[in-house]
Amino acid sequence: MIETKSYIAKSVELMRPSGIRKFFDLAAGMEGVISLGVGEPDFVTSWSAREAAISSLERGLTSYTANAGLLELREAIADYTSSRFSVSYDAKEEIILTVGASQALDLALRAIIDPGDEVVVVEPCFVSYAPLVELAGGKTVTIEATSDQQFKLQADALREAITSKTKALLLCSPNNPTGAQLDKADLEAIAQIVKQHDLLVIADEIYAELAYDIPHTSIASLEGMRERTILINGFSKGFAMTGWRLGFICAPVELAAAMLKIHQYAMMCASTPAQYAALEALKTGMKDVEDMKKDYRRRRNYIVQSFNDMGLDCHTPGGAFYVFPSIQSTGLTSEKFAEELLKAERVAVVPGSVFGRSGEGFIRCSYASSMEQLQEAVRRIQRFINQ
Amino acid sequence: MKINNREREILEILEKDARFTAADISKMTGLNEENVQAMIDKLEEARVLVHYTSLVDWSKVEDDQRVTAMIDVKVTPKRGVGFHETADRISRFSEVSSVYLMSGAYDLSVTVEGKSMNEVARFVSEKLSVLEEVISTTTHFQLKKYKHDGRMFEEKQTDSRIVVSP
Repeated sequence: MIETKSYIAKSVELMRPSGIRKFFDLAAGMEGVISLGVGEPDFVTSWSAREAAISSLERGLTSYTANAGLLELREAIADYTSSRFSVSYDAKEEIILTVGASQALDLALRAIIDPGDEVVVVEPCFVSYAPLVELAGGKTVTIEATSDQQFKLQADALREAITSKTKALLLCSPNNPTGAQLDKADLEAIAQIVKQHDLLVIADEIYAELAYDIPHTSIASLEGMRERTILINGFSKGFAMTGWRLGFICAPVELAAAMLKIHQYAMMCASTPAQYAALEALKTGMKDVEDMKKDYRRRRNYIVQSFNDMGLDCHTPGGAFYVFPSIQSTGLTSEKFAEELLKAERVAVVPGSVFGRSGEGFIRCSYASSMEQLQEAVRRIQRFINQ
Repeated sequence: MKINNREREILEILEKDARFTAADISKMTGLNEENVQAMIDKLEEARVLVHYTSLVDWSKVEDDQRVTAMIDVKVTPKRGVGFHETADRISRFSEVSSVYLMSGAYDLSVTVEGKSMNEVARFVSEKLSVLEEVISTTTHFQLKKYKHDGRMFEEKQTDSRIVVSP
Protein backbone atom coordinates (compact mmCIF):
# COMPACT_ATOMS: atom_id res chain seq x y z
CA MET A 1 0.00 0.00 0.00
CA ILE A 2 1.30 3.43 -0.87
CA GLU A 3 0.27 6.63 0.86
CA THR A 4 -1.33 8.22 -2.20
CA LYS A 5 -2.04 11.40 -0.32
CA SER A 6 1.61 11.95 0.46
CA TYR A 7 2.31 12.60 -3.22
CA ILE A 8 0.07 15.66 -3.30
CA ALA A 9 1.91 18.98 -3.39
CA LYS A 10 1.79 20.92 -0.12
CA SER A 11 0.47 24.02 -1.85
CA VAL A 12 -2.50 22.05 -3.17
CA GLU A 13 -3.01 20.15 0.06
CA LEU A 14 -3.32 23.44 1.92
CA MET A 15 -5.73 24.97 -0.56
CA ARG A 16 -9.18 25.40 0.94
CA PRO A 17 -12.08 24.02 -1.10
CA SER A 18 -14.39 26.74 -2.41
CA GLY A 19 -17.33 27.55 -0.10
CA ILE A 20 -19.51 27.42 -3.19
CA ARG A 21 -18.99 23.69 -3.46
CA LYS A 22 -20.98 23.03 -0.30
CA PHE A 23 -24.05 24.82 -1.65
CA PHE A 24 -23.74 23.08 -4.93
CA ASP A 25 -23.83 19.72 -3.13
CA LEU A 26 -26.78 20.78 -0.99
CA ALA A 27 -28.84 22.14 -3.89
CA ALA A 28 -27.92 19.53 -6.48
CA GLY A 29 -29.97 16.78 -4.85
CA MET A 30 -33.14 18.84 -4.45
CA GLU A 31 -36.17 19.04 -6.70
CA GLY A 32 -37.87 22.31 -7.64
CA VAL A 33 -35.01 24.57 -6.65
CA ILE A 34 -35.00 28.10 -8.04
CA SER A 35 -31.39 29.07 -8.27
CA LEU A 36 -30.12 32.59 -7.84
CA GLY A 37 -26.72 30.99 -7.31
CA VAL A 38 -25.66 30.75 -10.92
CA GLY A 39 -22.68 32.74 -12.15
CA GLU A 40 -23.53 32.57 -15.84
CA PRO A 41 -26.15 34.00 -18.22
CA ASP A 42 -29.50 32.25 -18.64
CA PHE A 43 -29.38 33.20 -22.31
CA VAL A 44 -28.11 30.74 -24.89
CA THR A 45 -25.32 31.87 -27.22
CA SER A 46 -26.80 33.71 -30.23
CA TRP A 47 -27.67 31.44 -33.13
CA SER A 48 -25.37 33.28 -35.55
CA ALA A 49 -22.37 32.51 -33.33
CA ARG A 50 -23.45 28.89 -32.89
CA GLU A 51 -24.06 28.63 -36.62
CA ALA A 52 -20.57 29.99 -37.36
CA ALA A 53 -19.03 27.29 -35.16
CA ILE A 54 -21.09 24.58 -36.86
CA SER A 55 -20.05 25.89 -40.26
CA SER A 56 -16.38 25.92 -39.23
CA LEU A 57 -16.71 22.25 -38.29
CA GLU A 58 -18.42 21.48 -41.60
CA ARG A 59 -15.53 23.10 -43.42
CA GLY A 60 -13.12 20.94 -41.45
CA LEU A 61 -11.42 23.77 -39.56
CA THR A 62 -10.41 21.49 -36.71
CA SER A 63 -6.67 22.05 -36.38
CA TYR A 64 -4.72 24.21 -33.89
CA THR A 65 -4.72 27.94 -34.39
CA ALA A 66 -1.67 30.14 -33.78
CA ASN A 67 -0.71 30.05 -30.08
CA ALA A 68 -2.17 33.50 -29.57
CA GLY A 69 -5.33 32.58 -31.49
CA LEU A 70 -6.71 33.28 -34.98
CA LEU A 71 -5.20 36.51 -36.27
CA GLU A 72 -8.56 37.54 -37.72
CA LEU A 73 -10.14 37.22 -34.29
CA ARG A 74 -7.29 39.15 -32.63
CA GLU A 75 -7.81 41.91 -35.18
CA ALA A 76 -11.52 41.96 -34.41
CA ILE A 77 -10.69 42.17 -30.69
CA ALA A 78 -8.27 45.05 -31.33
CA ASP A 79 -11.08 46.93 -33.10
CA TYR A 80 -13.48 46.03 -30.32
CA THR A 81 -11.31 47.26 -27.43
CA SER A 82 -10.41 50.48 -29.22
CA SER A 83 -13.94 51.37 -30.30
CA ARG A 84 -15.67 50.17 -27.15
CA PHE A 85 -13.17 50.88 -24.38
CA SER A 86 -10.85 53.45 -25.98
CA VAL A 87 -7.65 51.46 -25.60
CA SER A 88 -5.68 50.13 -28.57
CA TYR A 89 -3.61 46.98 -28.84
CA ASP A 90 -1.54 45.49 -31.62
CA ALA A 91 -3.37 42.39 -32.85
CA LYS A 92 -0.14 40.61 -33.77
CA GLU A 93 1.78 41.06 -30.53
CA GLU A 94 -0.43 42.25 -27.71
CA ILE A 95 -3.52 40.04 -27.72
CA ILE A 96 -3.81 36.39 -26.64
CA LEU A 97 -6.91 34.20 -26.81
CA THR A 98 -7.23 32.06 -23.68
CA VAL A 99 -9.37 29.25 -22.32
CA GLY A 100 -11.81 31.53 -20.55
CA ALA A 101 -10.90 34.61 -18.55
CA SER A 102 -9.90 32.13 -15.81
CA GLN A 103 -6.88 30.92 -17.76
CA ALA A 104 -6.07 34.53 -18.62
CA LEU A 105 -5.92 35.27 -14.91
CA ASP A 106 -3.69 32.28 -14.28
CA LEU A 107 -1.35 33.32 -17.12
CA ALA A 108 -1.13 36.89 -15.89
CA LEU A 109 -0.28 35.85 -12.35
CA ARG A 110 2.26 33.22 -13.34
CA ALA A 111 3.96 35.60 -15.74
CA ILE A 112 4.60 38.32 -13.16
CA ILE A 113 4.99 36.65 -9.76
CA ASP A 114 8.35 35.82 -8.23
CA PRO A 115 8.31 33.90 -4.94
CA GLY A 116 7.15 36.17 -2.15
CA ASP A 117 5.69 38.87 -4.38
CA GLU A 118 2.47 40.34 -3.07
CA VAL A 119 -0.72 40.83 -5.04
CA VAL A 120 -3.43 43.05 -3.61
CA VAL A 121 -6.97 41.74 -4.02
CA VAL A 122 -10.18 43.49 -3.02
CA GLU A 123 -12.71 41.35 -1.16
CA PRO A 124 -15.49 40.38 -1.60
CA CYS A 125 -14.09 38.92 -4.80
CA PHE A 126 -14.23 36.01 -7.20
CA VAL A 127 -13.26 32.79 -5.40
CA SER A 128 -10.28 31.98 -7.66
CA TYR A 129 -8.15 35.04 -7.02
CA ALA A 130 -6.33 34.05 -3.83
CA PRO A 131 -5.78 30.37 -4.80
CA LEU A 132 -4.35 31.38 -8.19
CA VAL A 133 -2.02 33.96 -6.64
CA GLU A 134 -0.77 31.36 -4.21
CA LEU A 135 -0.35 28.65 -6.86
CA ALA A 136 1.83 31.11 -8.74
CA GLY A 137 4.00 31.42 -5.62
CA GLY A 138 2.74 34.82 -4.56
CA LYS A 139 1.15 36.15 -1.43
CA THR A 140 -2.35 37.62 -1.35
CA VAL A 141 -2.84 40.86 0.51
CA THR A 142 -6.51 41.49 1.12
CA ILE A 143 -8.36 44.78 1.23
CA GLU A 144 -11.86 44.53 2.62
CA ALA A 145 -14.27 46.70 0.70
CA THR A 146 -17.37 47.54 2.70
CA SER A 147 -21.03 48.09 2.02
CA ASP A 148 -21.01 51.73 3.18
CA GLN A 149 -18.61 52.40 0.28
CA GLN A 150 -20.82 50.27 -1.97
CA PHE A 151 -18.01 47.71 -2.02
CA LYS A 152 -15.77 49.99 -4.06
CA LEU A 153 -12.02 50.02 -3.48
CA GLN A 154 -11.02 53.18 -1.64
CA ALA A 155 -7.75 54.93 -2.47
CA ASP A 156 -6.70 55.14 1.21
CA ALA A 157 -7.20 51.44 1.75
CA LEU A 158 -5.07 50.72 -1.29
CA ARG A 159 -2.28 52.99 -0.09
CA GLU A 160 -2.22 51.18 3.26
CA ALA A 161 -2.08 47.74 1.69
CA ILE A 162 0.97 48.45 -0.45
CA THR A 163 4.36 47.23 0.81
CA SER A 164 7.81 47.02 -0.77
CA LYS A 165 6.87 43.54 -1.99
CA THR A 166 3.67 44.56 -3.76
CA LYS A 167 3.80 43.78 -7.43
CA ALA A 168 0.27 44.11 -8.66
CA LEU A 169 -3.30 45.07 -7.89
CA LEU A 170 -5.97 42.64 -9.04
CA LEU A 171 -9.11 44.58 -9.81
CA CYS A 172 -12.54 43.41 -10.97
CA SER A 173 -15.11 45.92 -12.22
CA PRO A 174 -18.01 45.45 -12.70
CA ASN A 175 -17.60 43.10 -9.80
CA ASN A 176 -18.50 39.52 -9.02
CA PRO A 177 -20.05 39.10 -6.40
CA THR A 178 -21.18 42.64 -5.51
CA GLY A 179 -21.98 44.12 -8.94
CA ALA A 180 -20.04 47.24 -7.90
CA GLN A 181 -18.78 49.31 -10.81
CA LEU A 182 -15.83 51.66 -10.52
CA ASP A 183 -16.42 54.86 -12.44
CA LYS A 184 -13.77 56.99 -14.09
CA ALA A 185 -13.13 59.10 -10.98
CA ASP A 186 -12.75 56.00 -8.77
CA LEU A 187 -10.29 54.54 -11.27
CA GLU A 188 -8.33 57.80 -11.62
CA ALA A 189 -7.70 57.82 -7.88
CA ILE A 190 -6.57 54.19 -7.94
CA ALA A 191 -4.42 54.70 -11.04
CA GLN A 192 -2.57 57.56 -9.40
CA ILE A 193 -1.48 55.37 -6.49
CA VAL A 194 -0.62 52.51 -8.82
CA LYS A 195 1.68 54.79 -10.81
CA GLN A 196 3.18 56.33 -7.67
CA HIS A 197 4.17 52.90 -6.37
CA ASP A 198 5.10 51.56 -9.77
CA LEU A 199 2.66 48.63 -9.68
CA LEU A 200 0.91 46.61 -12.33
CA VAL A 201 -2.85 46.23 -12.54
CA ILE A 202 -4.49 42.98 -13.54
CA ALA A 203 -7.88 44.24 -14.66
CA ASP A 204 -10.56 41.55 -14.71
CA GLU A 205 -13.12 43.22 -16.95
CA ILE A 206 -15.12 40.13 -17.90
CA TYR A 207 -18.37 41.96 -17.00
CA ALA A 208 -17.47 45.10 -19.00
CA GLU A 209 -20.39 44.68 -21.41
CA LEU A 210 -22.84 44.46 -18.53
CA ALA A 211 -22.80 48.03 -17.22
CA TYR A 212 -26.29 49.46 -16.92
CA ASP A 213 -26.24 53.11 -15.95
CA ILE A 214 -22.93 54.51 -17.11
CA PRO A 215 -20.62 52.96 -19.72
CA HIS A 216 -17.74 50.84 -18.50
CA THR A 217 -14.37 52.56 -18.12
CA SER A 218 -11.31 50.38 -18.57
CA ILE A 219 -8.46 51.32 -16.28
CA ALA A 220 -6.13 50.65 -19.22
CA SER A 221 -7.66 53.62 -21.04
CA LEU A 222 -6.50 56.11 -18.38
CA GLU A 223 -3.39 58.14 -18.96
CA GLY A 224 -0.19 56.23 -18.35
CA MET A 225 -2.05 53.03 -17.46
CA ARG A 226 -1.95 51.06 -20.70
CA GLU A 227 1.71 50.24 -20.11
CA ARG A 228 1.04 48.90 -16.62
CA THR A 229 -2.22 47.03 -17.17
CA ILE A 230 -2.91 43.43 -18.07
CA LEU A 231 -6.44 43.62 -19.39
CA ILE A 232 -8.56 40.49 -19.10
CA ASN A 233 -11.87 40.10 -20.85
CA GLY A 234 -13.74 37.38 -22.72
CA PHE A 235 -16.92 36.20 -24.32
CA SER A 236 -18.52 34.30 -21.42
CA LYS A 237 -20.71 36.91 -19.77
CA GLY A 238 -21.62 39.69 -22.21
CA PHE A 239 -21.92 37.34 -25.19
CA ALA A 240 -23.46 34.45 -23.20
CA MET A 241 -20.71 32.01 -24.19
CA THR A 242 -19.57 30.51 -20.87
CA GLY A 243 -19.35 26.89 -22.05
CA TRP A 244 -17.17 27.76 -25.04
CA ARG A 245 -14.37 28.74 -22.67
CA LEU A 246 -12.95 31.70 -24.53
CA GLY A 247 -11.32 34.72 -22.96
CA PHE A 248 -8.58 37.08 -23.98
CA ILE A 249 -5.68 39.10 -22.64
CA CYS A 250 -4.51 42.46 -23.89
CA ALA A 251 -1.16 43.64 -22.56
CA PRO A 252 1.92 45.63 -23.59
CA VAL A 253 4.17 43.65 -25.89
CA GLU A 254 6.79 42.46 -23.34
CA LEU A 255 4.16 41.24 -20.90
CA ALA A 256 2.14 39.62 -23.68
CA ALA A 257 5.26 37.82 -24.91
CA ALA A 258 5.94 36.49 -21.39
CA MET A 259 2.40 35.19 -21.06
CA LEU A 260 2.48 33.70 -24.54
CA LYS A 261 5.58 31.71 -23.52
CA ILE A 262 3.59 30.00 -20.75
CA HIS A 263 0.51 29.68 -22.92
CA GLN A 264 2.32 27.88 -25.75
CA TYR A 265 3.68 25.24 -23.37
CA ALA A 266 0.69 24.85 -21.07
CA MET A 267 -2.22 25.24 -23.47
CA MET A 268 -1.06 25.47 -27.12
CA CYS A 269 -4.11 27.51 -28.07
CA ALA A 270 -7.76 28.07 -27.23
CA SER A 271 -10.44 25.90 -28.83
CA THR A 272 -10.71 26.48 -32.58
CA PRO A 273 -14.51 26.21 -33.06
CA ALA A 274 -14.98 28.58 -30.12
CA GLN A 275 -12.74 31.13 -31.84
CA TYR A 276 -14.84 31.02 -35.01
CA ALA A 277 -18.00 31.47 -32.94
CA ALA A 278 -16.47 34.45 -31.14
CA LEU A 279 -15.39 36.04 -34.41
CA GLU A 280 -19.00 35.95 -35.60
CA ALA A 281 -20.22 37.24 -32.24
CA LEU A 282 -17.97 40.29 -32.56
CA LYS A 283 -19.00 40.88 -36.18
CA THR A 284 -22.77 40.56 -35.85
CA GLY A 285 -23.64 39.91 -32.21
CA MET A 286 -23.59 43.35 -30.61
CA LYS A 287 -27.35 43.72 -31.08
CA ASP A 288 -27.85 40.50 -29.07
CA VAL A 289 -25.56 41.84 -26.36
CA GLU A 290 -27.62 45.03 -26.18
CA ASP A 291 -30.89 43.08 -26.00
CA MET A 292 -29.62 40.89 -23.16
CA LYS A 293 -28.35 43.95 -21.36
CA LYS A 294 -31.77 45.59 -21.53
CA ASP A 295 -33.31 42.49 -19.97
CA TYR A 296 -30.69 42.27 -17.22
CA ARG A 297 -31.22 45.92 -16.39
CA ARG A 298 -34.97 45.42 -15.88
CA ARG A 299 -34.35 42.36 -13.74
CA ARG A 300 -31.75 44.20 -11.68
CA ASN A 301 -34.18 47.03 -10.97
CA TYR A 302 -36.90 44.53 -10.12
CA ILE A 303 -34.84 42.49 -7.69
CA VAL A 304 -33.19 45.47 -5.96
CA GLN A 305 -36.60 47.04 -5.38
CA SER A 306 -38.03 43.74 -4.16
CA PHE A 307 -35.24 43.20 -1.62
CA ASN A 308 -35.58 46.73 -0.29
CA ASP A 309 -39.37 46.32 -0.08
CA MET A 310 -38.96 43.23 2.10
CA GLY A 311 -36.53 45.02 4.39
CA LEU A 312 -33.26 43.56 3.13
CA ASP A 313 -31.03 46.55 2.35
CA CYS A 314 -29.74 46.35 -1.17
CA HIS A 315 -27.98 49.09 -3.09
CA THR A 316 -28.29 49.25 -6.86
CA PRO A 317 -25.12 47.84 -8.37
CA GLY A 318 -23.90 49.36 -11.63
CA GLY A 319 -23.04 46.16 -13.45
CA ALA A 320 -22.57 42.36 -13.78
CA PHE A 321 -25.66 40.29 -12.95
CA TYR A 322 -25.45 40.09 -9.18
CA VAL A 323 -27.02 41.93 -6.32
CA PHE A 324 -25.54 41.72 -2.84
CA PRO A 325 -28.28 42.43 -0.30
CA SER A 326 -27.63 42.59 3.42
CA ILE A 327 -29.32 39.92 5.51
CA GLN A 328 -28.08 41.36 8.83
CA SER A 329 -31.62 42.34 9.87
CA THR A 330 -32.49 38.64 10.11
CA GLY A 331 -29.84 38.03 12.75
CA LEU A 332 -28.53 35.04 10.79
CA THR A 333 -25.03 34.56 9.39
CA SER A 334 -24.81 34.49 5.58
CA GLU A 335 -24.16 30.80 5.58
CA LYS A 336 -27.02 30.00 7.94
CA PHE A 337 -29.38 32.23 5.96
CA ALA A 338 -28.46 30.56 2.66
CA GLU A 339 -28.75 27.09 4.14
CA GLU A 340 -32.10 27.69 5.85
CA LEU A 341 -33.52 29.44 2.79
CA LEU A 342 -32.54 26.53 0.60
CA LYS A 343 -34.04 23.96 2.96
CA ALA A 344 -37.25 25.85 3.74
CA GLU A 345 -38.09 27.48 0.40
CA ARG A 346 -35.77 25.85 -2.12
CA VAL A 347 -34.15 29.03 -3.29
CA ALA A 348 -30.39 28.77 -3.79
CA VAL A 349 -28.24 31.82 -3.10
CA VAL A 350 -24.54 32.05 -2.27
CA PRO A 351 -23.46 33.27 1.17
CA GLY A 352 -21.42 36.46 0.87
CA SER A 353 -18.81 35.05 3.22
CA VAL A 354 -17.46 32.66 0.57
CA PHE A 355 -16.16 35.73 -1.30
CA GLY A 356 -14.19 37.03 1.67
CA ARG A 357 -14.68 38.13 5.24
CA SER A 358 -16.28 41.44 4.38
CA GLY A 359 -18.98 39.53 2.49
CA GLU A 360 -20.32 38.23 5.81
CA GLY A 361 -23.84 39.52 6.44
CA PHE A 362 -24.65 39.54 2.73
CA ILE A 363 -25.82 37.08 0.11
CA ARG A 364 -25.03 37.00 -3.60
CA CYS A 365 -28.12 36.69 -5.78
CA SER A 366 -27.70 36.32 -9.50
CA TYR A 367 -30.47 37.77 -11.62
CA ALA A 368 -29.44 35.80 -14.68
CA SER A 369 -32.85 34.09 -14.57
CA SER A 370 -36.16 34.78 -16.27
CA MET A 371 -38.48 37.39 -14.73
CA GLU A 372 -40.92 34.57 -13.92
CA GLN A 373 -38.25 32.76 -11.91
CA LEU A 374 -37.21 35.96 -10.18
CA GLN A 375 -40.80 36.75 -9.23
CA GLU A 376 -41.26 33.29 -7.75
CA ALA A 377 -37.90 33.53 -5.94
CA VAL A 378 -38.92 36.88 -4.45
CA ARG A 379 -42.24 35.39 -3.21
CA ARG A 380 -40.38 32.53 -1.56
CA ILE A 381 -37.72 34.71 0.07
CA GLN A 382 -40.45 37.03 1.37
CA ARG A 383 -42.24 34.03 2.92
CA PHE A 384 -38.96 32.86 4.46
CA ILE A 385 -38.29 36.27 6.00
CA ASN A 386 -41.81 36.53 7.40
CA GLN A 387 -41.40 33.36 9.40
CA MET B 1 -46.96 60.19 -31.87
CA LYS B 2 -43.70 61.15 -30.20
CA ILE B 3 -42.86 58.94 -27.23
CA ASN B 4 -40.14 59.30 -24.61
CA ASN B 5 -37.60 56.70 -23.48
CA ARG B 6 -39.71 55.61 -20.53
CA GLU B 7 -42.72 54.98 -22.72
CA ARG B 8 -40.54 53.09 -25.17
CA GLU B 9 -39.24 50.95 -22.29
CA ILE B 10 -42.83 50.13 -21.23
CA LEU B 11 -43.75 49.16 -24.80
CA GLU B 12 -40.71 46.89 -25.07
CA ILE B 13 -41.53 45.18 -21.78
CA LEU B 14 -45.19 44.60 -22.69
CA GLU B 15 -44.33 43.46 -26.19
CA LYS B 16 -42.23 40.69 -24.62
CA ASP B 17 -44.89 39.62 -22.14
CA ALA B 18 -48.23 41.36 -21.82
CA ARG B 19 -48.88 39.81 -18.41
CA PHE B 20 -46.58 42.20 -16.56
CA THR B 21 -48.67 44.41 -14.32
CA ALA B 22 -48.09 48.10 -13.75
CA ALA B 23 -46.63 47.10 -10.36
CA ASP B 24 -44.12 44.75 -12.01
CA ILE B 25 -43.15 47.34 -14.61
CA SER B 26 -42.77 49.91 -11.88
CA LYS B 27 -40.17 47.71 -10.18
CA MET B 28 -38.44 46.91 -13.46
CA THR B 29 -38.05 50.54 -14.46
CA GLY B 30 -37.87 52.43 -11.18
CA LEU B 31 -40.88 54.57 -12.18
CA ASN B 32 -43.74 54.77 -9.74
CA GLU B 33 -46.77 52.62 -10.35
CA GLU B 34 -49.25 55.44 -10.97
CA ASN B 35 -46.94 56.93 -13.61
CA VAL B 36 -46.60 53.58 -15.33
CA GLN B 37 -50.38 53.12 -15.38
CA ALA B 38 -50.88 56.62 -16.74
CA MET B 39 -48.40 55.98 -19.54
CA ILE B 40 -50.04 52.67 -20.41
CA ASP B 41 -53.45 54.38 -20.51
CA LYS B 42 -52.09 57.09 -22.77
CA LEU B 43 -50.47 54.55 -25.12
CA GLU B 44 -53.71 52.55 -25.26
CA GLU B 45 -55.72 55.69 -25.90
CA ALA B 46 -53.44 56.57 -28.83
CA ARG B 47 -53.70 52.96 -30.05
CA VAL B 48 -49.93 52.55 -29.95
CA LEU B 49 -50.69 49.75 -27.52
CA VAL B 50 -53.40 48.08 -29.57
CA HIS B 51 -54.30 44.79 -27.93
CA TYR B 52 -53.01 42.03 -25.63
CA THR B 53 -53.20 38.42 -26.78
CA SER B 54 -51.77 34.96 -26.16
CA LEU B 55 -49.86 32.85 -28.63
CA VAL B 56 -51.73 29.52 -28.77
CA ASP B 57 -50.55 26.41 -30.55
CA TRP B 58 -53.91 24.98 -31.65
CA SER B 59 -52.22 22.14 -33.50
CA LYS B 60 -51.61 20.51 -30.11
CA VAL B 61 -55.32 20.54 -29.27
CA GLU B 62 -57.17 17.35 -30.15
CA ASP B 63 -60.03 17.60 -32.69
CA ASP B 64 -59.04 21.08 -33.70
CA GLN B 65 -58.62 21.01 -37.46
CA ARG B 66 -58.31 24.75 -38.10
CA VAL B 67 -56.33 25.86 -41.11
CA THR B 68 -54.55 29.07 -41.99
CA ALA B 69 -54.06 30.35 -45.52
CA MET B 70 -51.96 33.23 -46.78
CA ILE B 71 -53.47 34.74 -49.90
CA ASP B 72 -51.60 36.95 -52.36
CA VAL B 73 -54.13 39.41 -53.72
CA LYS B 74 -53.70 41.68 -56.75
CA VAL B 75 -55.88 44.75 -56.57
CA THR B 76 -56.72 47.65 -58.86
CA PRO B 77 -55.92 50.80 -56.88
CA LYS B 78 -58.59 53.49 -56.85
CA ARG B 79 -58.06 57.15 -57.62
CA GLY B 80 -57.74 59.15 -54.43
CA VAL B 81 -57.69 56.25 -51.96
CA GLY B 82 -55.15 53.87 -53.54
CA PHE B 83 -55.35 50.46 -51.92
CA HIS B 84 -56.76 51.64 -48.61
CA GLU B 85 -60.44 51.28 -49.36
CA THR B 86 -60.09 47.71 -50.65
CA ALA B 87 -57.74 46.76 -47.81
CA ASP B 88 -60.26 48.15 -45.36
CA ARG B 89 -63.14 46.20 -46.90
CA ILE B 90 -61.15 42.97 -46.80
CA SER B 91 -60.04 43.61 -43.21
CA ARG B 92 -63.62 43.79 -42.00
CA PHE B 93 -64.32 40.08 -42.66
CA SER B 94 -64.05 38.16 -39.39
CA GLU B 95 -62.35 35.29 -41.25
CA VAL B 96 -59.42 37.59 -42.04
CA SER B 97 -56.76 37.77 -39.33
CA SER B 98 -54.26 40.06 -41.04
CA VAL B 99 -53.96 42.30 -44.08
CA TYR B 100 -50.68 43.84 -45.24
CA LEU B 101 -49.88 46.03 -48.22
CA MET B 102 -46.80 44.54 -49.88
CA SER B 103 -44.10 45.59 -52.29
CA GLY B 104 -43.39 43.15 -55.14
CA ALA B 105 -45.43 40.86 -57.34
CA TYR B 106 -48.81 41.36 -55.66
CA ASP B 107 -50.45 44.04 -53.55
CA LEU B 108 -52.16 42.68 -50.45
CA SER B 109 -51.12 39.76 -48.29
CA VAL B 110 -54.24 38.47 -46.56
CA THR B 111 -54.24 35.83 -43.84
CA VAL B 112 -57.43 33.85 -43.47
CA GLU B 113 -58.31 31.35 -40.80
CA GLY B 114 -61.04 28.75 -41.08
CA LYS B 115 -62.26 25.52 -39.56
CA SER B 116 -61.36 23.59 -42.70
CA MET B 117 -59.79 23.99 -46.15
CA ASN B 118 -63.29 24.01 -47.59
CA GLU B 119 -64.33 26.91 -45.48
CA VAL B 120 -61.28 28.94 -46.53
CA ALA B 121 -61.80 27.99 -50.17
CA ARG B 122 -65.40 29.15 -49.97
CA PHE B 123 -64.34 32.45 -48.42
CA VAL B 124 -61.84 33.07 -51.23
CA SER B 125 -64.20 32.21 -54.04
CA GLU B 126 -67.38 33.73 -52.65
CA LYS B 127 -66.20 36.75 -50.67
CA LEU B 128 -62.70 37.76 -51.69
CA SER B 129 -62.30 37.19 -55.41
CA VAL B 130 -65.74 38.58 -56.22
CA LEU B 131 -64.76 42.04 -54.98
CA GLU B 132 -64.73 44.37 -57.94
CA GLU B 133 -61.19 45.68 -57.29
CA VAL B 134 -59.64 42.24 -56.84
CA ILE B 135 -57.83 41.15 -60.00
CA SER B 136 -56.52 37.79 -58.84
CA THR B 137 -55.82 35.67 -55.77
CA THR B 138 -53.22 32.97 -55.04
CA THR B 139 -53.95 30.91 -51.95
CA HIS B 140 -51.20 29.19 -49.90
CA PHE B 141 -52.19 26.92 -47.04
CA GLN B 142 -49.85 26.75 -44.04
CA LEU B 143 -48.76 23.17 -43.35
CA LYS B 144 -47.00 23.65 -40.03
CA LYS B 145 -46.05 26.56 -37.82
CA TYR B 146 -42.45 26.60 -36.62
CA LYS B 147 -42.06 30.11 -35.31
CA HIS B 148 -44.52 32.94 -34.77
CA ASP B 149 -44.04 36.38 -33.25
CA GLY B 150 -40.48 35.58 -32.25
CA ARG B 151 -41.35 32.32 -30.53
CA MET B 152 -40.41 28.78 -31.56
CA PHE B 153 -43.36 26.41 -31.22
CA GLU B 154 -41.47 23.24 -30.40
CA GLU B 155 -38.44 24.48 -28.54
CA LYS B 156 -38.80 24.13 -24.79
CA GLN B 157 -36.11 26.03 -22.94
CA THR B 158 -34.69 23.88 -20.21
CA ASP B 159 -32.13 25.33 -17.85
CA SER B 160 -29.06 23.12 -18.13
CA ARG B 161 -26.82 25.31 -15.99
CA ILE B 162 -25.29 23.89 -12.83
CA VAL B 163 -27.29 25.05 -9.83
CA VAL B 164 -24.56 26.97 -8.03
CA SER B 165 -21.43 28.28 -9.73
CA PRO B 166 -18.81 30.91 -8.92
